[in-house]
Amino acid sequence: MGHILQQFSQQAVNGLSLGSIYALIALGYTMVYGIVKLINFAHGDVMMVGAYLGWIVTTQLHWSFLPALFFAMVVSAILGMLIERIAYKPLRNASRIAALITAIGVSLFLEYGGMLLVTAQVRTYPPVFPETVYNVAGIMFKYGDVVMLVTSVVLMFLLQFTVQYTKVGKSMRAVSFDKDAALLMGVNVNNTISATFAIGSALAGAAGVLMGVYFNTIDPLMGIIPGLKAFVAAVLGGIGIIPGAMVGGLVLGLTEAFVSGLGASTWRDAVAFLILILVLIIKPTGLFGKNVREKV
Amino acid sequence: MKKILSLALVGILGVTLVSGCGTTGGASTSSGGSGGTIKIGANLELTGGTAMFGQEAKNGINLAFEQQNAKGGVLGKKLELVAADNKSDAGESTAAVTKLVTQDKVVAVIGSMTSSVTLAAVPVVTDNKIPMVSPSGTNAKVTVDNGQVRPWVFRACFIDPFQGKVGAKFALNTLKAKTAAIIIDQKSDYSKGLADAFVTNFKQGGGQITGTEQYVAGSDKDFRPILTRIKSQNPDLIWVPGYYQEVGLIVKQARELGMNQPFAGGDGWDDAKLFEIGTPAALNNTYYVDHVATAAPDMVQFVKDYQAKFGHEPNAMSALAYDAANMIAKAIETAGSADSSKIRDALEKLKDFKGVTGGITIDPATHNPTKSAVIKQNKEGKTVYLTTVTP
Repeated sequence: MGHILQQFSQQAVNGLSLGSIYALIALGYTMVYGIVKLINFAHGDVMMVGAYLGWIVTTQLHWSFLPALFFAMVVSAILGMLIERIAYKPLRNASRIAALITAIGVSLFLEYGGMLLVTAQVRTYPPVFPETVYNVAGIMFKYGDVVMLVTSVVLMFLLQFTVQYTKVGKSMRAVSFDKDAALLMGVNVNNTISATFAIGSALAGAAGVLMGVYFNTIDPLMGIIPGLKAFVAAVLGGIGIIPGAMVGGLVLGLTEAFVSGLGASTWRDAVAFLILILVLIIKPTGLFGKNVREKV
Repeated sequence: MKKILSLALVGILGVTLVSGCGTTGGASTSSGGSGGTIKIGANLELTGGTAMFGQEAKNGINLAFEQQNAKGGVLGKKLELVAADNKSDAGESTAAVTKLVTQDKVVAVIGSMTSSVTLAAVPVVTDNKIPMVSPSGTNAKVTVDNGQVRPWVFRACFIDPFQGKVGAKFALNTLKAKTAAIIIDQKSDYSKGLADAFVTNFKQGGGQITGTEQYVAGSDKDFRPILTRIKSQNPDLIWVPGYYQEVGLIVKQARELGMNQPFAGGDGWDDAKLFEIGTPAALNNTYYVDHVATAAPDMVQFVKDYQAKFGHEPNAMSALAYDAANMIAKAIETAGSADSSKIRDALEKLKDFKGVTGGITIDPATHNPTKSAVIKQNKEGKTVYLTTVTP
């Protein structure tokens, strides 16, 4: 019995650490959707760019973790704003499907552009974190697991605070509520949307560096699967709702760990996407979503 | 909102479907080398998950051709390498080999280094009647399909049923393992074939399999859930017939979960990148079956030449590719012509060819050479040769 309990707890820890990675990516996803109503499929690929930026400064310039993280966040933010200005802004008044397809295009551009630039060869991160392994009553986790979970919780609160209690956040919510009315009230819509993409992409960049350090391998297509999983997490929690992304990420991570833990590792991804389908059918607003009737 | 999300879902499915497709080759006839050169193609994993195999192989082939050309070439003509990158992907492999045979008009193809990627190229070379020599595609199906030999495909290495047998015997007799767990890359023919061969021989020798877990190479990076399961079964050994990138991550994560068992696998482990990904400390107490030891007597001259040209020690993949390149050169010489079907006939009759990885005699019924295997141990970031096993 104790044996089974121990295994259960270990899978829970595995799930939480995987889930916090999903949550970290989902935060940026959900925020951009909440403000601009655009599912930014390039989000996972901005994460990949962040991972490479961190890799370059840690391996070539021998920076330590925090400066590398900061550098990746800043450059990813600039990249996010550029993507918005070049690819999404001209389509702001076009149909949503046009913007969605453009987002997929940007995603492919970053993936294969990256492949051209840095080649598809797998790169390895240097050991940035101490390789300490903790053993609590037979349950093992490492330093990186703690960093992941703490970072995603801290970033979630920071993000929630920014959106709810700062001036930028206020204008973000105004733009989200009614773009034209916000414009009439003197909100600079362009700057607000830029800020949204900057923050979202900075979060993606941070997630990229953390993922690179955690799994110590990066490649130009590393953003695809985590990006899709984070999308599922965001939808599960209620897309557009920041704490929802956190909870959705953790729930998804736990589900995957337990599915594998029950011996159905081949079904892991299928279950993740089954959750997406079920949420869309049963409760499209997600776990945290309220049923708000859309204005006609 | 619901509509948007549904559209998004359709988008995801669309992207997944498109990325799953590959292109199949068109038919074309090939001509012999022109203007004093003979063009030979190489369909290699130059980038992607097993990029190091392709890179090492390309070096090996370049060295072989350079030495042949320095001797005055073959039949008085220079050998020219046309390399194509298959990105370690089966779909890309079909496209790459189609380009080689239809656009570049190569007379023979070397490649690929991994079994699934090689298998994807087989229909193209068969349709176009171009001989292909895989340096290290070890899956049995590469040259034989349902008991029928594939007429245009050859290889320079041993096959997985033998490799799995060597691994199982080593596990039972040297490591004294009575129980083993298996971790398979479910998309790889190589991984599945090598796992089957190990399981059959391990059970025959009185061993017991405690469990089999699966992953998908390329997209899975977190192996802790399956490792936690294996940990609870507490096997004496874990057999991981995968490639170095995933093997590195698997072993590292297992050690972090407090699993100290020996890990073992096949020639897919053979690259220095394994230590970069898996870290030297975690890779202690791990073993793998490989083609050749770099210290073997036949290898000495090759290792010296390779090191002088490329600045690092070759691995078994570079040596096998070097042999595959020389096999084709030899076949052209004996055929007395750079005609693809004559090269094929000469390859089929190849006998007592002296390669750096051992003597090669092609069995016309299977197109496989009979070769011995070596077992290597990873120790403090270095690979140590343990023993040689002859079939």
